[in-house]
Amino acid sequence: MATSTPPAKLELRPPPYPLDALEPHMSQNTMSFHWGKHHRAYVDNLNKQIVGTELQGKSLEDVMIRTYNKGDLLPPFNNAAQVWNHDFFWDSMKPGGGGKPSGELLKAIERDFGSFEKFSEEFRSAAATQFGSGWAWLVYTVNPRPSDGKELLVLKTPNAVNPLVLGYTALLTIDVWEHAYYLDYQNRRPDYISIFMEKLVSWDAVSAKLEVAKSRVA
Amino acid sequence: MAATAAVSPPCALVPCQGLRGALVSTRNFHATKNQRQRGRAVAAPISAKFDLKPPPYPLDALEPHMSQDTISYHWGKHHRGYVENLNMQIVGTDLDGMSLEDIIILSYNKGDILPAFNNAAQIWNHDFFWESMVPNGGGKPSGDLLGLIERDFGSFENFSVKFRSAASTQFGSGWVWLAYKANRLNVGNASNPRPSDEDKKLVVVKSPNAVNPLVWDYLPVLTIDVWEGPKCISFIFSQSRRADYVSMFMEKLVSWETVSARLEMAKAQVAEREREEEKRKYGEDNVNSSNEAVEMYLDSNIEDPAE
Repeated sequence: MATSTPPAKLELRPPPYPLDALEPHMSQNTMSFHWGKHHRAYVDNLNKQIVGTELQGKSLEDVMIRTYNKGDLLPPFNNAAQVWNHDFFWDSMKPGGGGKPSGELLKAIERDFGSFEKFSEEFRSAAATQFGSGWAWLVYTVNPRPSDGKELLVLKTPNAVNPLVLGYTALLTIDVWEHAYYLDYQNRRPDYISIFMEKLVSWDAVSAKLEVAKSRVA
Repeated sequence: MAATAAVSPPCALVPCQGLRGALVSTRNFHATKNQRQRGRAVAAPISAKFDLKPPPYPLDALEPHMSQDTISYHWGKHHRGYVENLNMQIVGTDLDGMSLEDIIILSYNKGDILPAFNNAAQIWNHDFFWESMVPNGGGKPSGDLLGLIERDFGSFENFSVKFRSAASTQFGSGWVWLAYKANRLNVGNASNPRPSDEDKKLVVVKSPNAVNPLVWDYLPVLTIDVWEGPKCISFIFSQSRRADYVSMFMEKLVSWETVSARLEMAKAQVAEREREEEKRKYGEDNVNSSNEAVEMYLDSNIEDPAE
């Protein structure tokens, strides 16, 4: 991996597409609000929190893991993790997304979930049942459970927590904080989740992440 | 001051279930009458569905601060959803027929929450939230409530800052509360041996997701919903997009009258609980210097009361 020096101040990274590119499934309004206001605020607040401390100058992931502090969260954690989570979320989507994965990724999903449909159901259910604020994830683990040997798992996490701090490699996420879907779907979270799966998921991005994860292990 | 006329102290009518039993009566809750009757009559419980209670004002009554559209969504969809889901969850189970508060405490399960908790608590929280507001609300409290706020926070302004700060720093979804807290030791039958009014205080607390202060045995008197949904809908539908949700609530919507009434109720319940505990203590001790013991001996015509 590249070992460039992290910047002294963390920057708000834009999504890899224009703010209106996910219309009509995720409106420009939502993107302006979600990225331009929420995500930006997490970045700004994190910078304020770490300036002049030993965390300044560290990479985002480093800050996140240190401030996760084995579950006894230190103040910068929520902001740091939310910055990371949102970067990951924008990357998880693309214009003209959705559909089904293919190749190695599809094989892995079929191996560990039985079928793509079963995976999809489990993922949607996790997203729908994360009460309050949080995220649902598809993750890759280097330590499969001895009982079933599964490398791919579906997880849900509350608030800012993410699989990285729990020791997993994230492959895909959906944001189920209300601010992610309220403007477009109001309280109809299941509809939002369906549209996400059918029209927004970037399986290319997920495949690429799985490849990277496997190459690290090899 | 006695509780307001609308409330009949339940402890006089049913075995005192403590503070929570009393809280049920403060709300004109459709199922409540049936629950209490069942509690006394010991009839076989019939399946009791909870109803979605409407706010105590028309849906457009809080305009322009909280729009009719906002309340239609928040009450008509979210709040309704919790009611429908809870009814589905409890039918045919032990929880069926229980009061809402009892379901909440039981399913909180000391923090290891059972499935019905989120829906039950969210119903209660939302009922409490609508009732915390009133058309042309806001301003400042007065009387005992103001006195207690000033005693416990220094000033109304200090309280207001604390409340607003809690509302903007609750990470994720949740609620912010002003609650009356009676200092009790956290052990089975233990109680503060010399309870004084100083031990009982108003506190600002925040809770995540569906949790509310009932589960900590506090008595809430005011709440604001700080789940994002309500803030988002406020943003979509409010006339002034720059309106700050929490400020709007404090300045234009809070029903200090309701908060005052709840505080009186809370004080009465705490006093009642203390009386019950004193009685129990006297029952347990065989200390003859008590008045009851003296009367006993007098009745039996013994010259000197035992020491």
